[in-house]
Amino acid sequence: MGLAVSDLACTRGGRRVLDRFALDLADGTVLALRGPNGAGKSTLLRALAGLVPATGRVALDGRPLDADARAEAVAYAGHLDALRPQLTVAEHLGFWAALLGGDPAAGLAAFGLAPIADRPVALCSAGQRRRLALGRVALAPRRLWLLDEPTAALDTDGAARLDDLLAAHAARGGLAVVATHGSLPAATAERHLAPAGHGADADPFLAAGTWA
Amino acid sequence: MSPARAVLARELALAFRSGGGFGLGVGFYLIVALMVPLGIGPDPSRLAGVAAGTLWLGALLACLLSLDRLFQADWEDGTLDQLALAPLPLEAIVALKALAHWLTTGLPLVIVSPLLGLTLNLPAPAYPWLLASLAAGTPALSLLGAIGAALTVGVRRGGLLLSLLVLPLYLPTLIFGARAVAGAAEAADPRPALLLLAGLTLFTLALSPFAAAAALRRSLG
Repeated sequence: MGLAVSDLACTRGGRRVLDRFALDLADGTVLALRGPNGAGKSTLLRALAGLVPATGRVALDGRPLDADARAEAVAYAGHLDALRPQLTVAEHLGFWAALLGGDPAAGLAAFGLAPIADRPVALCSAGQRRRLALGRVALAPRRLWLLDEPTAALDTDGAARLDDLLAAHAARGGLAVVATHGSLPAATAERHLAPAGHGADADPFLAAGTWA
Repeated sequence: MSPARAVLARELALAFRSGGGFGLGVGFYLIVALMVPLGIGPDPSRLAGVAAGTLWLGALLACLLSLDRLFQADWEDGTLDQLALAPLPLEAIVALKALAHWLTTGLPLVIVSPLLGLTLNLPAPAYPWLLASLAAGTPALSLLGAIGAALTVGVRRGGLLLSLLVLPLYLPTLIFGARAVAGAAEAADPRPALLLLAGLTLFTLALSPFAAAAALRRSLG
């Protein structure tokens, strides 16, 4: 059934960032979302995750993707790694596994984090933190993965592991939307996001002719 | 581990680790209460007259001290996004965080309060009511504080704004809490004030998780 998005619109600070956005993804699709800085890639991912207010229709497997459906089906990894310096790698994975449902060992194994399991995040490098943040996505079974530039700070080994993970996710029939500027060998589809209209089209007052 | 226990365990672990701020509130409470005799003079009868109000006012300010980080750290590092997407409702997470705040801030205040009662010459019959009123009232301080903390989560240096928002909400708790202790000290019946205080806490418990969760959802967008 897959993911069906239509008429998605999102306004941020008076600027229309997404306008009449539509997307159809079949099961097992990994979409590489590309576009210049400021095109609205992050906003699109956050809107799909329900983290920013947006209008339009989003359906997963024919069911509207509301808050309850998202809690079961969506994994989101944004620019922020959602890690606390005082807690160790294993403590983070244990917490997320208990909260989201899943296996902390799977998160540990997916990105080769076992050697640093007892290390506080304060002592982890940026790449290790990113591996841990993506380990959270790997540990819980979710249909739709929304990843925002996941390869930032990852080394080639980390990027290869992410690629394997995405390929395995797609092979299980999972869906992923990955905003990226780099290469993403696991991608089976690509979408270029152009900045939504500027000026008159973007501002509801101008569009209504208030200032004309 | 169940999701709720995992959230609570994480909050407690963060509070007890470096930078978590455990002990700050109770330390502040001790210092403020011990400074009162220096400020108003050591006359025992005068101290006894202000003991109830001072102990409650000190507890209120000590509670306020650690509230601004209740949600802010989670908001800054992106954890709040993940909590909002978790199967456990955000309202439950707010309630658990308020509970952790009470366990690490409010409960220690309740425990040290009799000691401070001694230094302020609180009359003997008032001690059980001091413990009871603080135990019944300090949860409301954490819960009301959660609303203020959620509303100011995205505000840089929002601690002062938080104080201005939350202190007026603390007024009923302060009035009934101090009244219960002062009533017992003056050999009046402290029960009406204590029951009103407990009712107020229950009302706050019913309201606060929903109000704070709604404010947190707004802060994500």
